[in-house]
Amino acid sequence: MMLPYSALRTAMRTLICALLMAATTSVIAQELNVYSARQEALIKPLLDEFSAETGIKVNLVTGKGDALLTRLKAEGRNSPADILITSDAGRLVRAEQAGVLLAQTSPELETAVPAHLRSQEGYWYGLSVRARAIVYNSSKVNPDTLSTYEALAEPQWRGRICVRSSSNIYNQSLVAGMLATQGDAKTAAWLEGFVANFARPPQGGDRDQIKAVAAGQCDVAVVNSYYLGGMISSQDEAQRAAAAKVGIFWPNQDDRGTHVNVSGAGVTAASDQRELAVQLIAFLTRDSSQQWYAETNNEYPVRDDVAVSEILATWGTFKADSVDVSELGKLNAQAVMAMDRAGWK
Amino acid sequence: MEITPATIGLQQPRANGLIWRAGLVLTALIVALPVIVIGSSLFTPYSATWGHILDTVLVDYLLNSLILMLGVGAGTLLLGVVTAWLCATCDFAGRKVLGWALLLPMAMPAYIIAYTYTGLLDFSGPVQSSLRSWFDWSYGDYVFPEIRSLGGAICMLSLVLYPYVYLISRVAFANQSGAALEAARSLGAGRWTTFFRVALPMARPAIVAGLSLALMETLADYGTVDYFGVSTFTTGIFRTWYGLGELNTAAQLAAFLLLFVFVLMAVERASRRRMQFHTTSGRSSTKRSTLRGANAMLATGFCILIVALGFLVPAMQLLSWATSSWRTALDSQFLHLLLNSFTLASIASLVCLLLALFLGYGKRRYPGATQTGSVRVAAMGYAVPGTVIAVGVLIPFGAIDNRVDALAQTLFGVSTGLLLSGTVAALVFAYVVRFLSVSLQTVESGLNRIKPSLDEAARSLGSSNGRVLRDIHLPLLRGSLLTALLLVFVDVLKELPTTLILRPFNFNTLAVRTYELASDERLADAALPALAIVIIGLLPVILLMRNLDKGSANNV
Repeated sequence: MMLPYSALRTAMRTLICALLMAATTSVIAQELNVYSARQEALIKPLLDEFSAETGIKVNLVTGKGDALLTRLKAEGRNSPADILITSDAGRLVRAEQAGVLLAQTSPELETAVPAHLRSQEGYWYGLSVRARAIVYNSSKVNPDTLSTYEALAEPQWRGRICVRSSSNIYNQSLVAGMLATQGDAKTAAWLEGFVANFARPPQGGDRDQIKAVAAGQCDVAVVNSYYLGGMISSQDEAQRAAAAKVGIFWPNQDDRGTHVNVSGAGVTAASDQRELAVQLIAFLTRDSSQQWYAETNNEYPVRDDVAVSEILATWGTFKADSVDVSELGKLNAQAVMAMDRAGWK
Repeated sequence: MEITPATIGLQQPRANGLIWRAGLVLTALIVALPVIVIGSSLFTPYSATWGHILDTVLVDYLLNSLILMLGVGAGTLLLGVVTAWLCATCDFAGRKVLGWALLLPMAMPAYIIAYTYTGLLDFSGPVQSSLRSWFDWSYGDYVFPEIRSLGGAICMLSLVLYPYVYLISRVAFANQSGAALEAARSLGAGRWTTFFRVALPMARPAIVAGLSLALMETLADYGTVDYFGVSTFTTGIFRTWYGLGELNTAAQLAAFLLLFVFVLMAVERASRRRMQFHTTSGRSSTKRSTLRGANAMLATGFCILIVALGFLVPAMQLLSWATSSWRTALDSQFLHLLLNSFTLASIASLVCLLLALFLGYGKRRYPGATQTGSVRVAAMGYAVPGTVIAVGVLIPFGAIDNRVDALAQTLFGVSTGLLLSGTVAALVFAYVVRFLSVSLQTVESGLNRIKPSLDEAARSLGSSNGRVLRDIHLPLLRGSLLTALLLVFVDVLKELPTTLILRPFNFNTLAVRTYELASDERLADAALPALAIVIIGLLPVILLMRNLDKGSANNV
């Protein structure tokens, strides 16, 4: 006996629908799916707060930015992800170029996030600012002798600088910022002098550089400021002791300003809940969330009108480089190549 | 019933063999899919970035990777073979406890041991700080080996990877025919000559199996070398991907790595093609020789030193960090982490074991170039960094899912969404791709010691393939099977990069939690989950050792 094709089709459709319903019964409640390169401890509490307020469940996967981007690309239009959060602008630019983000216009977000800290078309928005500062040994270095990143290439700093590997995104972004503002030739010359001044081959993380400065292995280090903040508020006494021996200096205050990058978020092209997704991003830029970044991880808010944490307040205010952070992303590969040529491991 | 050669099993029915062969190749190819995806990048266009890599960093990558491999090779051989020989054939104070304690470093993820030793030994750590305050030195007044260096990486990796060599060769030493050793001794060979001329060559397949696991793991390591600032081929892959944003060029680099490993394995195999060692009987009659005096103290001391360096010191450091942080780390989620890690590791190690048995036995029963080649490719995943394997899984799974979805849409007007991507099944598949080599090497090295004549005898008496496997091989393989299970279990427990990128929503493991905290340089907070990995890793280690001891007591 042959079943008519349409009957078979209906039967199959019913079956598949039933299976899907069984598999995803919780879909009825509103849910948002987030891929985040910010690690869980630095985003989940905010997402939980959002869920508590709105009743929208937020599911989370964390991972490395480029790996999440690859997952998004491989999953294509069926990707469950609604939002991609990264810890630097470069990955957002890559996501934008890969076509996995969809531009969103939101007056709320455009007022909250300054223009140079978001994509002009609205593909992504900065959430928090990460500043790369100079940390110096208070007993060995007079802060008056510090001025700019550029000056760290001068011979007086020979054998006195600690910095981590050039594989680190924030070093790459620092050099990209230099490429954007100073051009290729000046950057190459600077890299040569800077690398020659290293006290030791690059190794460890930013906290390790601060510890080395405190212990006297080197005199200055270039690090993201929140690592120093983390050491000051650490439960580990050794870390607090090390942090007490160093001072923080904001370079380039008389010219382009201290180098900053952002962590940020964009709505995916595969998302079928774009409005909710924008709502969540807006939530992440509101006052209380912005304060939370500062309180929890000593990052700076993207908004000027938000009070910073106690630790950040003691460091004073600084002028941040206003170069468009999407430029940093576009120049990232060029920066890595320049560092390769200069022999910055 | 008429008695023909076929009815008594002297001739296998053709169809049966064909099914085995086809099943073998097909299974191997499915497991090899991610490796093939990565390998196929070799046939895609080479970007201009290659010029830059060749000009600037490639020599550095190659040199460092080679030195690292040589160093870790020498280190794991020294530590692994000596301890295995001592524990399998000698008796000395503390042998029983040390026998399993020597496995403990295996539960220690390499990047964690790197963090702990850095905390202890770097310039600002307690050791150097104490030295400075005792002798009133300051920077530059004294020479202290830099822990974060190529040499440091070799030490760290050797300390956590030697158990592969130890475990596999210990089983081999223990099962060695005592007759051969006794013959050598009765012909006047001394203890050392017997070791080097008889025992070592006989255990060579097992030692090489352990060594190749250790070396493949070394090539795949990213965490340790990255933290130590050593630019290896693997860090180069990630620098190309993350820094330069060129996934394809990174995949090509990874493919060259695979090619290198493939050639290396082929060379090794060719060099011992004519060497086959089978136990003359299942009953091993190796008698332990009791060590006395200085020898006994040396043996005990050596084993204690290794356990201390590879496990006790880093574990104490973790413990001291954990005491300051356990309250915050021990939240309600912690139990979930434990459960997730344990379940994943159990499932993956079982699946790997079954596949390894199937592939290993099939290859033995139905040898052939196609079978051998496809199984080899399937086992290459271990040399590839987990993140790269994950990409090799993401891309084909995503493509399959989207194809199926498109098909369902056109045929039935229903979207199936993603069926495989982002599921635990995809994750377990990736683990199999990455760790099959571990169980396969172990099972094969066990199978190699069983004389083929035993199979033939059983088959001539009418036993089917399944029965030969069940009644002859499995009992003889018990030690190897348990070893395979344990190795993969602990490996999955520690596994990070693949888990990180392939896991479903809201799904954490101990390794993920450890890494997230450690990567944010919050080592104190990372200590508790890291300790938990070590402790869960202990359970199967203890189980295994009890079984191995029982086994050797019964002389199975």
